[in-house]
Amino acid sequence: MIRALGWVLRRDLLLAFRRRGDVVNALVFFVIVVSLFPLGVGPEASQLRNMAPGVLWVAALLACMLSLARLFAPDHQDGTLEQMLLAGEPLVVLVLGKVISHWLMSGLPLVLMAPLLGLQFDLPADSLAVLCVSLLIGTPVLSLIGSVGAALTLGVRGSGVLVSLLVLPLYVPVLIFGAGSVVATANGTGAEAHLLLLGGFLALSLVLAPWATAAALRIAME
Amino acid sequence: MRTTGRFSWFYFSSPQSFYPLAGALQPWFAGLAAILCAVGLYISFLVAPTDAQQGEAYRIIFIHVPAAWMSMFLYLVMGFWSGVGLVLNTRLSSMVATALAPTGALFTFIALWTGALWGKPTWGTWWVWDARLTSELILLFLYIGFMALQAAIDDQRRSDKAGAVLALVGVINIPIIYFSVKWWSTLHQGASVSMTGAPTMAKTMLLGMLIMALGFWMYSIAATLARVRCVILERERQTDWVAAEIGRQS
Repeated sequence: MIRALGWVLRRDLLLAFRRRGDVVNALVFFVIVVSLFPLGVGPEASQLRNMAPGVLWVAALLACMLSLARLFAPDHQDGTLEQMLLAGEPLVVLVLGKVISHWLMSGLPLVLMAPLLGLQFDLPADSLAVLCVSLLIGTPVLSLIGSVGAALTLGVRGSGVLVSLLVLPLYVPVLIFGAGSVVATANGTGAEAHLLLLGGFLALSLVLAPWATAAALRIAME
Repeated sequence: MRTTGRFSWFYFSSPQSFYPLAGALQPWFAGLAAILCAVGLYISFLVAPTDAQQGEAYRIIFIHVPAAWMSMFLYLVMGFWSGVGLVLNTRLSSMVATALAPTGALFTFIALWTGALWGKPTWGTWWVWDARLTSELILLFLYIGFMALQAAIDDQRRSDKAGAVLALVGVINIPIIYFSVKWWSTLHQGASVSMTGAPTMAKTMLLGMLIMALGFWMYSIAATLARVRCVILERERQTDWVAAEIGRQS
């Protein structure tokens, strides 16, 4: 099982490395969306500081969601997914490998990029640290929940819009506590409670989401 | 379908045998809904006393609260039948889940709309970003997502099962909705009806609200039965019994 997980990880990372443009595009999308907000609401530092956590988190949500289309669709088109379903290894493990590689390609770059964008919004150092930690815990949840939506809409017409309709409402708790942790740091109340709840979401979705995704994939490939 | 001597619970799980049963039950539930709603509205608008703090505007909660209850309850029912359809592979369960979704979405919308109408005179604003309002809005999105997913998939079996998985995933959201009041303390008042503590409402108010809730419940059953009959006819249209049924009616 571990070998199967490693195989999927290596394969997906290699494929992503061969097509670096996709990863870069999602990251550039994140940067552009975040940079648009000061242009829209004005450059006052105090206002930007207040809205930075929400803006960064919403942009991360959207960037993560956009990259969901790449999670299963290419494998579905070239038939790899069918072979994975037929393989002797449990589908849940293969799904988990794909989700982890998706997070490494879409979530992790956002975590690394976020402090830089936070500086643009004049966030203090402790808020920046909490922002990074919250994104580090929160973005895997986004990939896990998103994989269910991506599997359900596999090969469906208009799947791009549909997946956002399905997945964004489920992202709401992550958004609330992710952005809330940064706000709580700025208020001086401490971010532990929010981060612990995010960790709880991660544990819950890590247990449940791969099974739901595997079930959805089987339904899609029937 | 009958096992020897014993009544089989699965007899009515076949669309063909459920169709006449639904047709026979539907007028009864519709009638009950009409009576209960009439009595409930009479109590809530004419009998129940005026609220000391909120004046007459509070009377909208007689529609708002039962609608909010039903919106959450119907999602659970939908999740239940989706789960049954997924596990036992019974077509009728999936059809019931499909038929429940529009009624649930309707009640969610009514709850949001009446909440806004109540909030304007009471809080002085149409909308606040309070936990319960927000989660009710998310519930509406979940209903819409369920219906959109089922509408987008042409293959009937896949659409049933994909919708079922989505409904079960969404059921996790229901506890978050319900307990969100305790998680975030904001403008919204706490639950007005408590099962354990002493009732803080006048007896007639509680009575009116419960009768309205029962009326909405009966309406949901009647509407779902009517809709599931349409779904059955649509999906089984290639069978002989549907052709005979339509021939008999026209």
